[in-house]
Amino acid sequence: MIGLLIRDLRLAIRAGGGFGLGLAFFLIVTVLMPFGIGPETGMITRIAPGILWIGALLACLLSLDRIFALDWEDGSLELLATSPLPLEAVAGIKALAHWITTGLPLVAAAPVLAILLNLPPEGFPWLIASLALGTPALSAIGTFGAALTVGLKRGGLLLSLLVLPLYVPTLLFGAEAARRGAEGMDALTPLALLAGITFLTAAAMPFAAAAALRVNLR
Amino acid sequence: MSIWEYANPRKFMATSGALLPWVSVIAAILVVGGLIWGFFFTPDDFRQGSTVKIIYIHVPAAIMGSSAWFMMLVTSLIWLIRRHHVSALAAKAAAPVGMVFTLIGLITGAIWGQPMWGTWWEWDPRLTAFLILFLFYLGYMALWEAVENPDAAADLTSVLCLVGTVFAVISRYALLFWNQGLHQGASLSMDAEENVADVFAYPLWTCIIGFVFLFVALVLFRTRTEIRARRLRALIQRERIA
Repeated sequence: MIGLLIRDLRLAIRAGGGFGLGLAFFLIVTVLMPFGIGPETGMITRIAPGILWIGALLACLLSLDRIFALDWEDGSLELLATSPLPLEAVAGIKALAHWITTGLPLVAAAPVLAILLNLPPEGFPWLIASLALGTPALSAIGTFGAALTVGLKRGGLLLSLLVLPLYVPTLLFGAEAARRGAEGMDALTPLALLAGITFLTAAAMPFAAAAALRVNLR
Repeated sequence: MSIWEYANPRKFMATSGALLPWVSVIAAILVVGGLIWGFFFTPDDFRQGSTVKIIYIHVPAAIMGSSAWFMMLVTSLIWLIRRHHVSALAAKAAAPVGMVFTLIGLITGAIWGQPMWGTWWEWDPRLTAFLILFLFYLGYMALWEAVENPDAAADLTSVLCLVGTVFAVISRYALLFWNQGLHQGASLSMDAEENVADVFAYPLWTCIIGFVFLFVALVLFRTRTEIRARRLRALIQRERIA
């Protein structure tokens, strides 16, 4: 299991595009938002948590189809399926690798971008906490979406149509925690609910993803 | 009689062919009768005037929009567990019908909301949950279209339906946390203290039952079409081999 994780991480770093692309996309989305909204600082400050969460979500979505696509093309997914490792564990590890290569850098970059958007200082810990707790759920749900669409020719667009509605609860609680934190209200309740979503998806989604993979590998 | 007998498409075609005219006629009588009753033979509401009459389309469509997804969940489970082919096709057949009911619910709600709430759309939990349900229908149907192998498509969409149900329910309650909402509560419950006045409730129940029959008729019709399409496919493939 750890071997697979290390292999996936190494591939993501050496093949390029894994780490950098998602981060750059996050940066660009965040920078573009004020152009669309107008330069009023008060307005941008107010919606900064929402912008950052949407940006993180889209950056996450961008790299989802890479989770299984490369392994599917060169046939290593079949090898993984026939290996003694259960397919559920493979899906879980893939989700973890995706989170380490996209979710974690996003969490690290968010404070820098939050400064750009004038997020009030008391909101920073809540923003980081909500992203750190919420992005694993994005990866876990996304792994399921990637498993559903792995064999399809035009899977990319379909993948976003399938996955985005599933992201609703995560986004809702995550952005709510960050927003309440920035406004100095109690953010612990949405944060706890967000953690609940993350644990639920981390526990359940590998099974759904494995079921979808088995169908696609038939 | 058990549903397993109808895993045999021939048997299903015979029974559904005999039932379909009856179900369609009952649906037509109840829907048309209920709507005429509701539109022309009920008084205007004290506050809402005649706008209240959209309830006879809005409420049944909304009920069937969410019930259709539930029916797809059950048929998907039957397919996943017992490989009941007709069940998988029924789920496929129900999706567009449910989507249209959901859309009708959303649109009639918007038309009613404009004069009554002063807005076409409000980010109310109930409204938003329905919009998300609509997106789920779109994704489900797109996945059916995208996968070429029919059995794999049935499997994948069934898994999506199960996961989607869980997330639709979570979203519904998450939205309650997010926004308190403007939509009125349930007013047709059996156990509630205060319900819609009988004068409005009787035609409304007629319409709801009519929409249930309408849904059954449409799903039977579309499932029969799916089975015929599947047979045609098999015939074409046999020709090609021969």
